[in-house]
Amino acid sequence: MTLKLTINSESHDLSHIDPDMPLLWALRDHLGLVGTKYGCGIAQCGACTVWLDNEPARACQLPVGQLQGKSITTVEGLASDALHPVQQAWIDHDVAQCGYCQAGQIMSAAALLARNPSPSDEDIDVAMAGNICRCGTYVRIRKAIRAASDAVGAGVAFYDPADTPVPEEVSS
Amino acid sequence: MSASEIHATLKRRQFLQASGFGLALTAGGRVVKVMAASDTEPSTLSAYISIGQGGVITIGAPNPEVGQGVNTSLPMIIAEELDAAWSDVKVVSAPVDASRFGAQFAGGSLSVPMRWDELRRVGATARAMLLESASINLGVPMAELSTQDSRVIHNASGRDLTYAELALGASKLPLPDTDDLILKSADQYRLLGKRITNASAAAIAQGEPLFGIDVQVPGMVYACFVKCPHIGGAPVAANLEEIKARRGVLDAFIIEGEAGPYTFDIRNSTRVSPGVAIVASDTWSAMRARESLKVDWDTSSASSDDSEQIAAAARAAAKQAKGTEIVRSAGDVTAAMADASATANAFYSADFVSHAQLEPQSCVASVTGQSAEVWTSSQTPSAVEQLLPAFLSLPPEAVTIHSVRGGGGFGRRLSNEFVFEAARISQRIGKPVKLQWSREDDMAFDYFRSPLYLNMEGGVSRQGRLVAWKHHVISGSADGQKANYGANYRGQNFPDDLVPNVEISQTLIASKTPTGAWRAPFSNVYAFAEQSFLCELAAAAGRDYRDFLLELLGDDRWFKEGDRNALNTARAKAVIAAACESANWGRDLPAGRGLGLAFFFSHAGHVAEVAEVSVANGRQVTVHDVWVAADVGQVINLSGVENQIEGSVVDGLSALANQRITIREGSVQQTNFDQYPLLRMPQAPRVHVQMLASGYAPTGAGEPALPPLAPAVGNAVFAACGERVRELPFSNAGIIV
Repeated sequence: MTLKLTINSESHDLSHIDPDMPLLWALRDHLGLVGTKYGCGIAQCGACTVWLDNEPARACQLPVGQLQGKSITTVEGLASDALHPVQQAWIDHDVAQCGYCQAGQIMSAAALLARNPSPSDEDIDVAMAGNICRCGTYVRIRKAIRAASDAVGAGVAFYDPADTPVPEEVSS
Repeated sequence: MSASEIHATLKRRQFLQASGFGLALTAGGRVVKVMAASDTEPSTLSAYISIGQGGVITIGAPNPEVGQGVNTSLPMIIAEELDAAWSDVKVVSAPVDASRFGAQFAGGSLSVPMRWDELRRVGATARAMLLESASINLGVPMAELSTQDSRVIHNASGRDLTYAELALGASKLPLPDTDDLILKSADQYRLLGKRITNASAAAIAQGEPLFGIDVQVPGMVYACFVKCPHIGGAPVAANLEEIKARRGVLDAFIIEGEAGPYTFDIRNSTRVSPGVAIVASDTWSAMRARESLKVDWDTSSASSDDSEQIAAAARAAAKQAKGTEIVRSAGDVTAAMADASATANAFYSADFVSHAQLEPQSCVASVTGQSAEVWTSSQTPSAVEQLLPAFLSLPPEAVTIHSVRGGGGFGRRLSNEFVFEAARISQRIGKPVKLQWSREDDMAFDYFRSPLYLNMEGGVSRQGRLVAWKHHVISGSADGQKANYGANYRGQNFPDDLVPNVEISQTLIASKTPTGAWRAPFSNVYAFAEQSFLCELAAAAGRDYRDFLLELLGDDRWFKEGDRNALNTARAKAVIAAACESANWGRDLPAGRGLGLAFFFSHAGHVAEVAEVSVANGRQVTVHDVWVAADVGQVINLSGVENQIEGSVVDGLSALANQRITIREGSVQQTNFDQYPLLRMPQAPRVHVQMLASGYAPTGAGEPALPPLAPAVGNAVFAACGERVRELPFSNAGIIV
């Protein structure tokens, strides 16, 4: 049978893949999209968070055979030509330590702001409770989400790439 | 260029070209100079610098990055002495090569202190050559030149030259005499001590391939390796033909390995435990075939540990007046205890804990009859470089090791058994392979934080002084000769050296479950017992704990004269005072709310923490805020240090709350995060970090902020509700965090 998925706005033919294979491993081993991470395999850690039709979902629990016709966004597809405000806030607040969980954190945070651009502290805690950061960067994740929320509230959709990628001083 | 420089240059360029991790040589690609150990002082370590014609300054980071920030902080040290603008700097991971970079490892919070002198000299040497090149170019004496932001400036004439313009000329100059180098003083720093964003922040935020698990090489296949759940057991037979017939499976076979519980031996061990390898066309196919695997295990050599029996043996041993071996003794502790006006006696315990770094172990290995190449997120790539050739019966020059970013370390990646497993599998199948451990493998086959049991006794005089200090350390031992890693009593100096009557003894109890280095080994549990118990004694004597601690520390002095890595009482008192001031220690709090203080010195770092908690229903603890004051000497990257400390607080709280590994019949009972919960965002406290500028050389920051967290919280719980928690995790005492 044929199996076609739309991933980051591109159509991918996954007909050759075992339909039981979780999206996580199809992305990583067959499509070269390794930003989505394996942490637990049982939807406990959130490292594999992607968007399934714009809702956050754990890719380790999504057999590809059930995703026919669905639209999937991974961390690689979050930015357009420029960074998403959440990605920018993660850089501005120097959130990452090892960085392994951060793609999943960013996908959860961006999904939160998409449905609730001005979350309360409690909204943030609830929305992010499914994502473990073993390095303990929660303090900075909270700050970064608030900063991204402010940017979204001010009408920022994406950042100018000229402003970003080189390492620079953190402002606070 | 000398032959060795050319060789080093070529090797570096090959590395840059061959690596698949988004590393690119700068435009023009001219390699200016290789700062090789053999060029300067063969006995020391070295990192290197290259400057592209476009102005990009490429700096190699020599130590493994596992989240502790050394891919940013170590290049910052070079950039500071080089006077490079940080925006011009591109960081790359240095190749694994002991001949040029010495011991490359991440452990003991040592990366910064061990590289501090070397990397400043590397930066200053290159700067001196750029100055000399400018002096020749401009026809002015070097003394009239200065440097700033990747430029050499001649103030008198207003002329300047960029490093990019000077680099080629500089590369043809002889290396300057390193004895003549003048290093900056701290007041001249432009970069060090500032908040600099992690060099990989943008790549991380965009999900770029950075980690060991992300490595893909052409023709690569995927494998899992199934070991006996009873640690040390071996497969006798398995349904290999059935497994080989599964969809996507390419091969399945038994690796004989070495039976019996494994032990922590970074430097020497190439041990592969016995098991069954399943090789497949992708990770999922290997994992799914594994679900059908049936193995007949021989458990005759396996561990039969039972963690409840270990704990019971410890409690029995604690009933003895002292341990079987006296470790340290001074004065007359029995008489002093009898004379004391206030005494206390308490038993503290801590269970096994898993590292649970979020990236499960993986390794890509490509082994042929003639050569081998491995990509590994190891904390000790130098050990792999040293041990792998003999393991594969290959000459050292035929083996290449790539050090790849690791998704968390915490001590778990100090051992390299996953590398040897991958190499053996690749050797057997003759193809490049990615060995992928599952989370369940990771939790079952860890080198756990050792359990530890301490019976503490102490006495305080009528004047409120600590006069007697006695404890009995009970430690697991696999061989009955020495304590297991992480459980051995380490001479603590504090408070031992400050008390006239001391007796410290140790007893070994049988435990074969492998233990290893878990963030701040021994200190991570010992600090809980020491700082909680000192607070108990202060309370028994009716003293405020801050005052009691400050008085105990006494006059300003070094604990070991001439050793700048020793405890310094002035630095200790300063962090205690600062943390208490930030937390507004002594303020009135409503019922059920309390402040707790702890101080601990480890890894040459002085750290004090004050926690504010509330306790509901006598058992539900919420940690609201933690104030940290730390002195780790010269701060390299302020943002990085603050991040490490914030993370240490969260990590400490996570372990304190309910992390607990239990063992039955030598087998780990917890399999994944549903049974081994890590702290999540709703439980994370606010953390307030203050770095004290003491003017001393830098020491590491990855570990020393972890040990004080548990006792600070325990002391706060006591202040809030009068209940003293003496067990790690707190859930063992019925406390919910």
